[in-house]
Amino acid sequence: MSRADLPALTIADLQSRLRRKEISPRNVLESVRARIDAVESKIDAYLSIDFEAALKEAEKADVDLPLGGVPIAVKDIINVIGQPCTCGSKILGNYRSPYDATVIKKLRAAGAIPFGKTNMDEFAMGSSTENSSVKVTRNPWDLSRVPGGSSGGSAAAVAADAAFGGLGTDTGGSIRQPASLCGIVGVKPSYGRVSRFGVTAFASSLDQVGPLTKTVRDSAMIMNAMAGHDPYDSTSLPDAVPDYTKNLGRDLKGMRLGLPKEYMIEGIDLQVRSAVDAAIKQLQSLGAEIVDVTLPHTDYGIAVYYFLATAEASANLARFDGVRYGYRAKDPKDLLDHYGRTRGEGFGQEVKRRIILGTYVLSSGYYDAYYVRAQKVRELIRQDFVKAFEKVDAIVSPTSPVPAFKLGERTADPLAMYLADVFTNTGNLAGICGISVPCGLAKVNGSQLPIGLQVLGKSLDEARIFQIANAYEQSTDWHKQRPKI
Amino acid sequence: MAKATDLDVGYVSKLARLNLSDEETRLFQKQLADVLKYAEKLREVDVSRVEAAAHAVPMFNVFREDEPHPWFTAEEALSNAPHKANQLFIVTKVVE
Repeated sequence: MSRADLPALTIADLQSRLRRKEISPRNVLESVRARIDAVESKIDAYLSIDFEAALKEAEKADVDLPLGGVPIAVKDIINVIGQPCTCGSKILGNYRSPYDATVIKKLRAAGAIPFGKTNMDEFAMGSSTENSSVKVTRNPWDLSRVPGGSSGGSAAAVAADAAFGGLGTDTGGSIRQPASLCGIVGVKPSYGRVSRFGVTAFASSLDQVGPLTKTVRDSAMIMNAMAGHDPYDSTSLPDAVPDYTKNLGRDLKGMRLGLPKEYMIEGIDLQVRSAVDAAIKQLQSLGAEIVDVTLPHTDYGIAVYYFLATAEASANLARFDGVRYGYRAKDPKDLLDHYGRTRGEGFGQEVKRRIILGTYVLSSGYYDAYYVRAQKVRELIRQDFVKAFEKVDAIVSPTSPVPAFKLGERTADPLAMYLADVFTNTGNLAGICGISVPCGLAKVNGSQLPIGLQVLGKSLDEARIFQIANAYEQSTDWHKQRPKI
Repeated sequence: MAKATDLDVGYVSKLARLNLSDEETRLFQKQLADVLKYAEKLREVDVSRVEAAAHAVPMFNVFREDEPHPWFTAEEALSNAPHKANQLFIVTKVVE
Protein backbone atom coordinates (compact mmCIF):
# COMPACT_ATOMS: atom_id res chain seq x y z
CA MET A 1 0.00 0.00 0.00
CA SER A 2 1.34 3.43 -0.90
CA ARG A 3 1.55 6.25 1.60
CA ALA A 4 -1.14 8.12 -0.35
CA ASP A 5 -3.66 5.31 0.24
CA LEU A 6 -3.17 5.24 4.01
CA PRO A 7 -5.79 7.87 4.92
CA ALA A 8 -8.55 5.77 3.32
CA LEU A 9 -8.06 2.98 5.90
CA THR A 10 -10.51 2.31 8.69
CA ILE A 11 -9.21 2.62 12.25
CA ALA A 12 -9.42 -1.18 12.64
CA ASP A 13 -7.27 -1.72 9.49
CA LEU A 14 -4.88 1.01 10.51
CA GLN A 15 -4.41 -0.57 13.92
CA SER A 16 -3.57 -4.02 12.56
CA ARG A 17 -1.00 -2.53 10.15
CA LEU A 18 0.53 -0.50 12.97
CA ARG A 19 0.78 -3.61 15.11
CA ARG A 20 2.38 -5.60 12.30
CA LYS A 21 4.90 -2.71 12.02
CA GLU A 22 4.05 -2.23 8.33
CA ILE A 23 3.69 1.46 9.09
CA SER A 24 4.65 3.73 11.97
CA PRO A 25 2.47 6.24 13.83
CA ARG A 26 4.64 8.94 12.24
CA ASN A 27 3.86 7.63 8.71
CA VAL A 28 0.18 7.67 9.62
CA LEU A 29 0.21 11.24 10.83
CA GLU A 30 2.22 12.43 7.82
CA SER A 31 -0.21 10.72 5.45
CA VAL A 32 -3.14 12.49 7.09
CA ARG A 33 -1.26 15.77 6.85
CA ALA A 34 -0.72 15.25 3.11
CA ARG A 35 -4.39 14.37 2.60
CA ILE A 36 -5.52 17.45 4.54
CA ASP A 37 -3.19 19.59 2.41
CA ALA A 38 -4.85 18.13 -0.69
CA VAL A 39 -8.52 18.55 0.27
CA GLU A 40 -8.77 21.20 2.98
CA SER A 41 -8.99 24.13 0.55
CA LYS A 42 -12.13 22.49 -0.89
CA ILE A 43 -13.93 21.39 2.28
CA ASP A 44 -12.62 23.74 5.04
CA ALA A 45 -13.21 21.16 7.78
CA TYR A 46 -10.51 22.22 10.25
CA LEU A 47 -10.20 25.32 12.44
CA SER A 48 -6.74 24.51 13.84
CA ILE A 49 -4.18 21.74 13.54
CA ASP A 50 -1.07 21.14 15.65
CA PHE A 51 1.06 18.58 13.82
CA GLU A 52 4.17 19.41 15.81
CA ALA A 53 2.57 18.41 19.11
CA ALA A 54 0.95 15.39 17.43
CA LEU A 55 4.26 14.23 15.92
CA LYS A 56 5.87 14.27 19.35
CA GLU A 57 3.09 12.02 20.62
CA ALA A 58 3.36 9.79 17.54
CA GLU A 59 7.08 9.23 18.25
CA LYS A 60 6.28 7.69 21.63
CA ALA A 61 2.94 6.06 20.73
CA ASP A 62 2.35 2.53 22.03
CA VAL A 63 0.61 0.71 19.17
CA ASP A 64 -0.47 -2.13 21.47
CA LEU A 65 -2.91 0.19 23.22
CA PRO A 66 -6.56 -0.04 21.99
CA LEU A 67 -6.18 3.09 19.80
CA GLY A 68 -2.39 3.32 19.87
CA GLY A 69 -1.07 5.82 17.30
CA VAL A 70 -4.50 6.64 15.84
CA PRO A 71 -4.93 10.37 15.06
CA ILE A 72 -8.37 11.72 16.01
CA ALA A 73 -10.01 14.99 14.88
CA VAL A 74 -11.88 16.83 17.63
CA LYS A 75 -14.87 19.16 17.34
CA ASP A 76 -13.76 22.60 18.52
CA ILE A 77 -16.11 22.53 21.52
CA ILE A 78 -14.03 19.90 23.38
CA ASN A 79 -11.02 21.15 25.37
CA VAL A 80 -7.60 19.80 24.34
CA ILE A 81 -4.77 21.21 26.44
CA GLY A 82 -2.73 23.92 24.70
CA GLN A 83 -5.07 24.02 21.68
CA PRO A 84 -7.65 26.66 20.76
CA CYS A 85 -11.27 25.90 21.66
CA THR A 86 -13.31 28.52 19.81
CA CYS A 87 -16.68 26.72 19.74
CA GLY A 88 -16.89 28.32 16.29
CA SER A 89 -17.41 31.70 17.99
CA LYS A 90 -15.70 35.07 17.84
CA ILE A 91 -16.23 35.38 21.59
CA LEU A 92 -13.63 32.60 22.15
CA GLY A 93 -11.39 33.64 19.25
CA ASN A 94 -8.22 33.88 21.38
CA TYR A 95 -9.03 31.13 23.87
CA ARG A 96 -6.53 28.34 24.54
CA SER A 97 -7.55 25.34 26.64
CA PRO A 98 -5.63 25.09 29.92
CA TYR A 99 -6.80 21.47 30.39
CA ASP A 100 -7.98 18.29 28.67
CA ALA A 101 -11.65 17.27 28.68
CA THR A 102 -12.21 13.85 30.29
CA VAL A 103 -12.94 12.29 26.88
CA ILE A 104 -9.55 13.54 25.64
CA LYS A 105 -7.79 12.18 28.74
CA LYS A 106 -9.44 8.80 28.18
CA LEU A 107 -8.61 8.73 24.46
CA ARG A 108 -4.98 9.64 25.19
CA ALA A 109 -4.84 6.83 27.78
CA ALA A 110 -6.03 4.48 25.00
CA GLY A 111 -3.18 5.74 22.75
CA ALA A 112 -5.14 8.06 20.42
CA ILE A 113 -3.59 11.34 19.24
CA PRO A 114 -5.89 14.39 19.11
CA PHE A 115 -4.25 16.49 16.39
CA GLY A 116 -6.78 19.00 15.07
CA LYS A 117 -9.95 20.90 15.92
CA THR A 118 -12.88 20.85 13.52
CA ASN A 119 -15.38 23.45 12.39
CA MET A 120 -18.90 23.61 13.82
CA ASP A 121 -21.99 25.75 14.11
CA GLU A 122 -21.28 28.37 16.77
CA PHE A 123 -21.75 26.73 20.21
CA ALA A 124 -23.21 23.70 18.35
CA MET A 125 -26.33 25.67 17.40
CA GLY A 126 -27.28 24.64 13.90
CA SER A 127 -27.75 21.80 11.45
CA SER A 128 -25.47 22.89 8.60
CA THR A 129 -22.20 24.28 10.07
CA GLU A 130 -23.09 27.55 8.31
CA ASN A 131 -23.41 29.25 11.71
CA SER A 132 -19.65 29.03 12.30
CA SER A 133 -18.25 32.52 12.80
CA VAL A 134 -14.99 31.42 11.14
CA LYS A 135 -15.81 29.73 7.85
CA VAL A 136 -18.22 27.51 5.96
CA THR A 137 -17.47 23.78 5.67
CA ARG A 138 -18.60 22.07 2.48
CA ASN A 139 -19.89 18.55 1.87
CA PRO A 140 -17.18 16.41 0.17
CA TRP A 141 -19.88 14.75 -1.97
CA ASP A 142 -20.97 18.09 -3.47
CA LEU A 143 -19.06 21.24 -2.59
CA SER A 144 -22.15 23.41 -3.16
CA ARG A 145 -23.94 21.64 -0.30
CA VAL A 146 -23.78 21.63 3.51
CA PRO A 147 -22.08 18.82 5.45
CA GLY A 148 -24.87 18.97 8.05
CA GLY A 149 -24.25 20.10 11.56
CA SER A 150 -23.40 21.05 14.05
CA SER A 151 -20.46 18.58 13.95
CA GLY A 152 -20.03 19.26 10.20
CA GLY A 153 -16.25 19.72 10.33
CA SER A 154 -15.60 16.28 11.85
CA ALA A 155 -18.12 14.67 9.45
CA ALA A 156 -16.62 16.28 6.32
CA ALA A 157 -13.05 15.47 7.43
CA VAL A 158 -13.82 11.76 7.99
CA ALA A 159 -15.86 11.49 4.75
CA ALA A 160 -12.99 13.04 2.76
CA ASP A 161 -10.38 10.73 4.40
CA ALA A 162 -8.87 13.80 6.07
CA ALA A 163 -9.31 12.08 9.47
CA PHE A 164 -9.54 8.42 10.50
CA GLY A 165 -12.17 9.29 13.06
CA GLY A 166 -13.60 12.36 14.71
CA LEU A 167 -15.40 13.47 17.82
CA GLY A 168 -18.65 15.42 17.75
CA THR A 169 -21.38 16.44 20.16
CA ASP A 170 -25.06 15.67 19.68
CA THR A 171 -27.72 17.79 21.40
CA GLY A 172 -30.57 17.30 18.90
CA GLY A 173 -28.91 15.33 16.11
CA SER A 174 -25.58 17.13 15.67
CA ILE A 175 -23.56 13.90 15.22
CA ARG A 176 -26.09 11.65 13.48
CA GLN A 177 -27.39 14.22 10.95
CA PRO A 178 -23.95 15.30 9.57
CA ALA A 179 -22.85 11.63 9.55
CA SER A 180 -25.94 10.88 7.45
CA LEU A 181 -25.36 13.81 5.07
CA CYS A 182 -21.66 12.91 4.61
CA GLY A 183 -22.11 9.13 4.23
CA ILE A 184 -20.35 7.99 7.39
CA VAL A 185 -21.23 6.47 10.79
CA GLY A 186 -22.15 8.70 13.75
CA VAL A 187 -23.15 7.75 17.29
CA LYS A 188 -25.05 9.59 19.99
CA PRO A 189 -24.44 7.66 23.20
CA SER A 190 -27.09 7.38 25.92
CA TYR A 191 -27.30 10.44 28.15
CA GLY A 192 -24.72 10.05 30.93
CA ARG A 193 -22.67 7.38 29.15
CA VAL A 194 -19.83 9.73 28.11
CA SER A 195 -18.45 12.47 30.35
CA ARG A 196 -19.30 16.07 29.47
CA PHE A 197 -16.50 17.50 31.63
CA GLY A 198 -14.40 19.86 29.51
CA VAL A 199 -17.05 20.07 26.79
CA THR A 200 -18.52 23.57 26.50
CA ALA A 201 -22.16 23.21 27.53
CA PHE A 202 -24.98 24.08 25.12
CA ALA A 203 -28.00 22.26 26.62
CA SER A 204 -26.76 20.27 29.60
CA SER A 205 -29.68 17.84 29.83
CA LEU A 206 -29.29 16.86 26.15
CA ASP A 207 -25.58 17.12 25.16
CA GLN A 208 -23.50 13.97 24.58
CA VAL A 209 -20.07 13.44 22.99
CA GLY A 210 -19.81 10.69 20.39
CA PRO A 211 -17.68 9.36 17.51
CA LEU A 212 -17.89 9.92 13.73
CA THR A 213 -16.12 7.19 11.75
CA LYS A 214 -16.04 5.26 8.47
CA THR A 215 -17.42 2.04 9.99
CA VAL A 216 -19.53 0.85 12.92
CA ARG A 217 -16.57 -1.11 14.32
CA ASP A 218 -14.44 2.05 14.42
CA SER A 219 -17.15 3.85 16.40
CA ALA A 220 -17.40 0.92 18.82
CA MET A 221 -13.62 1.05 19.34
CA ILE A 222 -13.70 4.78 20.15
CA MET A 223 -16.66 4.28 22.49
CA ASN A 224 -14.78 1.51 24.30
CA ALA A 225 -12.07 4.05 25.09
CA MET A 226 -14.31 7.04 25.81
CA ALA A 227 -17.38 5.79 27.73
CA GLY A 228 -17.62 5.40 31.48
CA HIS A 229 -18.13 7.12 34.78
CA ASP A 230 -16.44 10.45 35.54
CA PRO A 231 -16.49 11.89 39.06
CA TYR A 232 -16.18 15.37 37.46
CA ASP A 233 -19.58 15.02 35.73
CA SER A 234 -22.44 14.51 38.19
CA THR A 235 -24.74 13.32 35.37
CA SER A 236 -22.31 10.61 34.35
CA LEU A 237 -23.70 7.09 34.87
CA PRO A 238 -21.84 4.65 37.15
CA ASP A 239 -22.74 1.54 35.11
CA ALA A 240 -19.87 -0.66 33.89
CA VAL A 241 -18.90 -0.24 30.21
CA PRO A 242 -19.32 -3.44 28.15
CA ASP A 243 -17.06 -4.30 25.20
CA TYR A 244 -18.95 -2.58 22.38
CA THR A 245 -17.25 -4.75 19.75
CA LYS A 246 -18.44 -8.02 21.33
CA ASN A 247 -21.68 -8.32 19.28
CA LEU A 248 -20.14 -7.27 15.98
CA GLY A 249 -20.37 -9.90 13.25
CA ARG A 250 -23.50 -11.52 14.70
CA ASP A 251 -26.66 -11.85 12.60
CA LEU A 252 -30.02 -10.44 13.65
CA LYS A 253 -32.02 -13.65 14.25
CA GLY A 254 -34.65 -13.04 16.90
CA MET A 255 -34.06 -9.27 16.90
CA ARG A 256 -37.28 -7.25 16.96
CA LEU A 257 -37.03 -3.87 15.25
CA GLY A 258 -39.72 -1.22 15.59
CA LEU A 259 -40.85 0.92 12.69
CA PRO A 260 -42.61 4.05 14.00
CA LYS A 261 -45.44 5.11 11.73
CA GLU A 262 -44.95 8.75 12.80
CA TYR A 263 -41.56 8.86 11.04
CA MET A 264 -42.90 8.33 7.54
CA ILE A 265 -44.11 11.92 7.41
CA GLU A 266 -45.05 14.11 4.50
CA GLY A 267 -42.11 16.10 3.29
CA ILE A 268 -39.72 13.20 3.54
CA ASP A 269 -37.63 12.96 0.38
CA LEU A 270 -38.80 10.11 -1.88
CA GLN A 271 -35.28 8.79 -2.42
CA VAL A 272 -34.68 8.80 1.36
CA ARG A 273 -37.91 6.90 1.83
CA SER A 274 -37.11 4.22 -0.74
CA ALA A 275 -33.55 3.81 0.60
CA VAL A 276 -34.89 3.29 4.12
CA ASP A 277 -37.57 0.88 2.84
CA ALA A 278 -34.83 -1.14 1.12
CA ALA A 279 -32.73 -1.10 4.30
CA ILE A 280 -35.66 -2.48 6.27
CA LYS A 281 -36.01 -5.37 3.79
CA GLN A 282 -32.29 -5.99 4.15
CA LEU A 283 -32.60 -6.08 7.96
CA GLN A 284 -35.41 -8.64 7.58
CA SER A 285 -33.22 -10.79 5.34
CA LEU A 286 -30.60 -10.75 8.13
CA GLY A 287 -33.14 -12.32 10.49
CA ALA A 288 -34.75 -9.28 12.11
CA GLU A 289 -38.49 -9.13 12.66
CA ILE A 290 -40.04 -5.76 11.81
CA VAL A 291 -42.81 -4.61 14.16
CA ASP A 292 -45.00 -1.53 13.78
CA VAL A 293 -44.70 0.76 16.79
CA THR A 294 -46.16 4.12 17.63
CA LEU A 295 -44.42 7.15 19.14
CA PRO A 296 -47.49 9.40 19.32
CA HIS A 297 -45.75 12.53 20.66
CA THR A 298 -43.06 12.66 17.94
CA ASP A 299 -44.69 15.64 16.25
CA TYR A 300 -44.11 17.77 19.39
CA GLY A 301 -40.39 16.99 19.56
CA ILE A 302 -39.07 20.04 17.74
CA ALA A 303 -41.23 22.47 19.74
CA VAL A 304 -40.20 20.85 23.05
CA TYR A 305 -36.58 20.73 21.96
CA TYR A 306 -36.39 24.41 21.01
CA PHE A 307 -37.91 25.56 24.29
CA LEU A 308 -35.75 23.35 26.51
CA ALA A 309 -32.49 23.61 24.55
CA THR A 310 -32.70 27.41 24.25
CA ALA A 311 -33.66 27.80 27.93
CA GLU A 312 -30.64 25.72 28.99
CA ALA A 313 -28.42 27.56 26.51
CA SER A 314 -29.47 30.99 27.77
CA ALA A 315 -28.31 29.94 31.25
CA ASN A 316 -25.14 28.14 30.11
CA LEU A 317 -24.01 30.98 27.87
CA ALA A 318 -24.32 33.50 30.71
CA ARG A 319 -20.73 32.48 31.53
CA PHE A 320 -19.52 34.41 28.50
CA ASP A 321 -19.31 37.76 30.25
CA GLY A 322 -15.87 38.97 29.17
CA VAL A 323 -14.32 38.61 32.63
CA ARG A 324 -12.47 35.31 33.01
CA TYR A 325 -11.92 34.43 29.36
CA GLY A 326 -12.97 35.39 25.88
CA TYR A 327 -13.71 38.65 24.12
CA ARG A 328 -14.34 41.85 26.08
CA ALA A 329 -15.85 45.00 24.52
CA LYS A 330 -13.55 48.04 24.39
CA ASP A 331 -13.86 50.80 27.01
CA PRO A 332 -17.18 49.90 28.66
CA LYS A 333 -18.74 52.87 30.45
CA ASP A 334 -20.29 50.69 33.16
CA LEU A 335 -21.02 47.04 33.95
CA LEU A 336 -24.26 46.82 31.96
CA ASP A 337 -22.52 48.31 28.94
CA HIS A 338 -19.67 45.83 29.48
CA TYR A 339 -22.00 42.81 29.47
CA GLY A 340 -24.37 44.01 26.75
CA ARG A 341 -21.69 44.99 24.25
CA THR A 342 -19.31 42.09 25.02
CA ARG A 343 -22.08 39.61 24.30
CA GLY A 344 -23.71 41.60 21.49
CA GLU A 345 -20.37 41.98 19.67
CA GLY A 346 -19.04 38.50 20.53
CA PHE A 347 -21.97 36.20 19.68
CA GLY A 348 -23.22 35.43 16.18
CA GLN A 349 -26.80 35.78 15.05
CA GLU A 350 -28.15 32.26 15.69
CA VAL A 351 -26.67 32.21 19.19
CA LYS A 352 -28.28 35.58 19.97
CA ARG A 353 -31.61 34.39 18.58
CA ARG A 354 -31.55 31.32 20.82
CA ILE A 355 -30.47 33.25 23.92
CA ILE A 356 -33.44 35.58 23.37
CA LEU A 357 -35.88 32.69 22.93
CA GLY A 358 -34.44 30.84 25.93
CA THR A 359 -34.50 33.91 28.16
CA TYR A 360 -38.09 34.55 27.11
CA VAL A 361 -39.37 31.04 27.91
CA LEU A 362 -37.71 31.24 31.34
CA SER A 363 -38.92 34.76 32.12
CA SER A 364 -41.53 35.62 34.72
CA GLY A 365 -45.06 35.02 33.45
CA TYR A 366 -44.02 32.61 30.69
CA TYR A 367 -42.05 29.99 32.62
CA ASP A 368 -45.03 27.73 33.37
CA ALA A 369 -46.70 28.21 30.01
CA TYR A 370 -43.60 27.42 27.95
CA TYR A 371 -40.78 25.86 29.94
CA VAL A 372 -42.70 23.66 32.38
CA ARG A 373 -45.19 22.57 29.73
CA ALA A 374 -42.32 21.60 27.42
CA GLN A 375 -40.76 19.56 30.24
CA LYS A 376 -44.03 17.72 30.70
CA VAL A 377 -44.33 16.93 27.00
CA ARG A 378 -40.69 15.79 27.16
CA GLU A 379 -41.76 13.24 29.75
CA LEU A 380 -44.52 12.01 27.41
CA ILE A 381 -41.97 11.64 24.60
CA ARG A 382 -39.73 9.64 26.96
CA GLN A 383 -42.67 7.40 27.90
CA ASP A 384 -43.44 6.81 24.19
CA PHE A 385 -40.00 5.20 23.87
CA VAL A 386 -40.32 3.24 27.12
CA LYS A 387 -43.58 1.72 25.84
CA ALA A 388 -42.14 1.01 22.38
CA PHE A 389 -39.07 -0.70 23.86
CA GLU A 390 -41.36 -3.08 25.77
CA LYS A 391 -42.23 -4.55 22.36
CA VAL A 392 -39.00 -4.17 20.39
CA ASP A 393 -35.21 -4.29 20.85
CA ALA A 394 -34.49 -1.18 18.76
CA ILE A 395 -36.20 1.33 16.47
CA VAL A 396 -35.25 2.11 12.87
CA SER A 397 -35.96 5.28 10.87
CA PRO A 398 -34.35 7.70 8.45
CA THR A 399 -31.71 9.89 10.16
CA SER A 400 -32.59 13.01 8.17
CA PRO A 401 -35.74 13.58 6.09
CA VAL A 402 -33.63 14.95 3.22
CA PRO A 403 -30.12 14.50 1.79
CA ALA A 404 -27.61 17.37 2.01
CA PHE A 405 -29.21 20.69 1.13
CA LYS A 406 -27.58 23.61 -0.68
CA LEU A 407 -25.41 26.13 1.13
CA GLY A 408 -27.60 29.13 1.98
CA GLU A 409 -30.84 27.29 1.25
CA ARG A 410 -32.16 27.36 4.83
CA THR A 411 -30.19 30.14 6.54
CA ALA A 412 -32.91 32.79 6.14
CA ASP A 413 -35.57 30.62 7.79
CA PRO A 414 -34.57 29.37 11.28
CA LEU A 415 -37.68 27.18 11.57
CA ALA A 416 -36.85 25.29 8.35
CA MET A 417 -33.33 24.69 9.72
CA TYR A 418 -34.75 23.47 13.04
CA LEU A 419 -36.90 20.89 11.24
CA ALA A 420 -33.71 19.17 9.95
CA ASP A 421 -33.56 17.45 13.36
CA VAL A 422 -37.12 16.07 13.27
CA PHE A 423 -36.06 12.38 13.48
CA THR A 424 -33.12 12.82 15.83
CA ASN A 425 -34.10 15.29 18.57
CA THR A 426 -36.55 12.98 20.38
CA GLY A 427 -33.67 10.58 21.07
CA ASN A 428 -31.91 13.36 23.02
CA LEU A 429 -35.10 14.32 24.84
CA ALA A 430 -35.58 10.66 25.91
CA GLY A 431 -31.90 10.17 26.81
CA ILE A 432 -31.58 7.04 24.66
CA CYS A 433 -28.76 6.04 22.28
CA GLY A 434 -28.73 6.24 18.49
CA ILE A 435 -26.52 5.59 15.48
CA SER A 436 -26.61 6.64 11.83
CA VAL A 437 -25.20 4.26 9.21
CA PRO A 438 -25.02 4.84 5.42
CA CYS A 439 -27.93 3.19 3.55
CA GLY A 440 -28.02 4.69 0.08
CA LEU A 441 -27.13 7.45 -2.35
CA ALA A 442 -29.70 9.89 -3.69
CA LYS A 443 -29.20 11.26 -7.19
CA VAL A 444 -29.86 15.01 -7.19
CA ASN A 445 -28.96 17.22 -10.16
CA GLY A 446 -26.04 15.00 -11.19
CA SER A 447 -24.67 14.67 -7.65
CA GLN A 448 -24.71 11.57 -5.49
CA LEU A 449 -25.77 12.41 -1.94
CA PRO A 450 -25.58 9.97 0.98
CA ILE A 451 -28.63 8.79 2.94
CA GLY A 452 -28.46 7.54 6.53
CA LEU A 453 -30.41 4.90 8.46
CA GLN A 454 -30.95 5.66 12.13
CA VAL A 455 -31.08 2.89 14.74
CA LEU A 456 -32.30 3.98 18.19
CA GLY A 457 -31.75 1.83 21.28
CA LYS A 458 -32.70 1.85 24.95
CA SER A 459 -30.58 3.80 27.40
CA LEU A 460 -27.22 2.00 27.83
CA ASP A 461 -28.03 -0.46 25.03
CA GLU A 462 -25.22 0.75 22.74
CA ALA A 463 -23.85 -2.77 22.19
CA ARG A 464 -27.13 -3.79 20.56
CA ILE A 465 -27.39 -0.83 18.16
CA PHE A 466 -23.75 -1.44 17.19
CA GLN A 467 -24.67 -5.07 16.42
CA ILE A 468 -27.66 -4.07 14.26
CA ALA A 469 -25.83 -1.29 12.41
CA ASN A 470 -22.77 -3.49 11.86
CA ALA A 471 -24.82 -6.43 10.53
CA TYR A 472 -26.59 -4.09 8.11
CA GLU A 473 -23.40 -2.27 7.10
CA GLN A 474 -21.41 -5.44 6.42
CA SER A 475 -24.20 -6.88 4.26
CA THR A 476 -24.20 -3.81 1.98
CA ASP A 477 -21.59 -1.76 0.12
CA TRP A 478 -22.83 1.68 1.12
CA HIS A 479 -20.05 2.25 3.66
CA LYS A 480 -17.44 1.60 0.96
CA GLN A 481 -18.72 4.45 -1.23
CA ARG A 482 -16.46 7.48 -0.95
CA PRO A 483 -16.81 10.95 -2.43
CA LYS A 484 -14.58 11.69 -5.41
CA ILE A 485 -12.59 14.59 -4.07
CA MET B 1 -50.09 29.47 26.73
CA ALA B 2 -49.24 33.11 26.15
CA LYS B 3 -49.75 34.62 22.74
CA ALA B 4 -46.72 34.75 20.44
CA THR B 5 -47.18 38.50 20.06
CA ASP B 6 -46.33 38.95 23.76
CA LEU B 7 -42.66 38.55 22.93
CA ASP B 8 -40.85 41.90 23.20
CA VAL B 9 -37.35 41.20 21.88
CA GLY B 10 -36.05 44.59 23.03
CA TYR B 11 -37.10 43.93 26.63
CA VAL B 12 -35.83 40.32 26.66
CA SER B 13 -32.46 41.43 25.29
CA LYS B 14 -32.07 43.64 28.40
CA LEU B 15 -32.86 40.66 30.65
CA ALA B 16 -30.26 38.63 28.75
CA ARG B 17 -27.57 41.39 28.96
CA LEU B 18 -27.27 41.07 25.20
CA ASN B 19 -27.18 44.18 23.03
CA LEU B 20 -28.93 43.82 19.67
CA SER B 21 -28.89 46.18 16.72
CA ASP B 22 -32.24 47.63 15.62
CA GLU B 23 -32.09 45.39 12.59
CA GLU B 24 -31.49 42.27 14.70
CA THR B 25 -34.34 43.25 17.03
CA ARG B 26 -36.76 43.58 14.11
CA LEU B 27 -35.54 40.35 12.46
CA PHE B 28 -35.73 38.28 15.66
CA GLN B 29 -39.15 39.71 16.49
CA LYS B 30 -40.51 38.30 13.26
CA GLN B 31 -38.56 35.02 13.19
CA LEU B 32 -39.24 34.13 16.82
CA ALA B 33 -42.93 34.97 16.38
CA ASP B 34 -42.94 32.26 13.68
CA VAL B 35 -41.18 29.80 16.00
CA LEU B 36 -43.61 30.55 18.85
CA LYS B 37 -46.55 30.14 16.49
CA TYR B 38 -45.20 26.74 15.42
CA ALA B 39 -44.75 25.78 19.10
CA GLU B 40 -48.37 26.59 19.92
CA LYS B 41 -49.10 22.98 19.04
CA LEU B 42 -47.88 22.11 22.56
CA ARG B 43 -51.17 23.52 23.85
CA GLU B 44 -53.00 20.54 22.33
CA VAL B 45 -51.28 18.08 24.66
CA ASP B 46 -53.02 17.00 27.86
CA VAL B 47 -50.30 17.34 30.49
CA SER B 48 -52.62 17.47 33.52
CA ARG B 49 -51.32 14.16 34.92
CA VAL B 50 -47.66 14.47 33.89
CA GLU B 51 -44.68 15.38 36.07
CA ALA B 52 -42.21 17.79 34.47
CA ALA B 53 -38.94 16.08 33.47
CA ALA B 54 -35.82 18.19 33.83
CA HIS B 55 -33.68 15.21 32.80
CA ALA B 56 -34.37 11.97 30.94
CA VAL B 57 -32.16 10.10 33.41
CA PRO B 58 -32.82 11.72 36.78
CA MET B 59 -29.96 11.45 39.27
CA PHE B 60 -30.06 12.96 42.74
CA ASN B 61 -27.54 13.61 45.49
CA VAL B 62 -24.42 12.72 43.56
CA PHE B 63 -21.42 12.94 45.86
CA ARG B 64 -17.73 12.24 45.64
CA GLU B 65 -15.06 12.18 48.32
CA ASP B 66 -14.19 15.70 49.43
CA GLU B 67 -10.47 15.39 48.90
CA PRO B 68 -8.01 17.94 47.54
CA HIS B 69 -6.54 17.26 44.12
CA PRO B 70 -4.24 19.18 41.79
CA TRP B 71 -5.96 21.82 39.67
CA PHE B 72 -5.16 25.11 37.96
CA THR B 73 -2.37 27.33 39.16
CA ALA B 74 -3.20 31.04 39.30
CA GLU B 75 -1.32 31.52 36.00
CA GLU B 76 -3.38 28.80 34.30
CA ALA B 77 -6.65 30.17 35.67
CA LEU B 78 -5.71 33.63 34.37
CA SER B 79 -4.27 32.41 31.07
CA ASN B 80 -7.32 33.46 29.02
CA ALA B 81 -8.30 36.59 30.97
CA PRO B 82 -9.02 39.56 28.68
CA HIS B 83 -7.63 41.91 31.36
CA LYS B 84 -5.45 40.89 34.31
CA ALA B 85 -2.83 42.32 36.66
CA ASN B 86 -1.04 41.19 39.84
CA GLN B 87 -2.48 37.66 39.51
CA LEU B 88 -6.02 39.06 39.51
CA PHE B 89 -8.86 39.39 37.00
CA ILE B 90 -9.44 43.08 36.30
CA VAL B 91 -13.16 43.80 35.99
CA THR B 92 -15.17 46.79 34.92
CA LYS B 93 -15.86 49.18 37.77
CA VAL B 94 -19.03 48.17 39.64
CA VAL B 95 -19.25 50.95 42.29
CA GLU B 96 -19.37 54.72 41.97
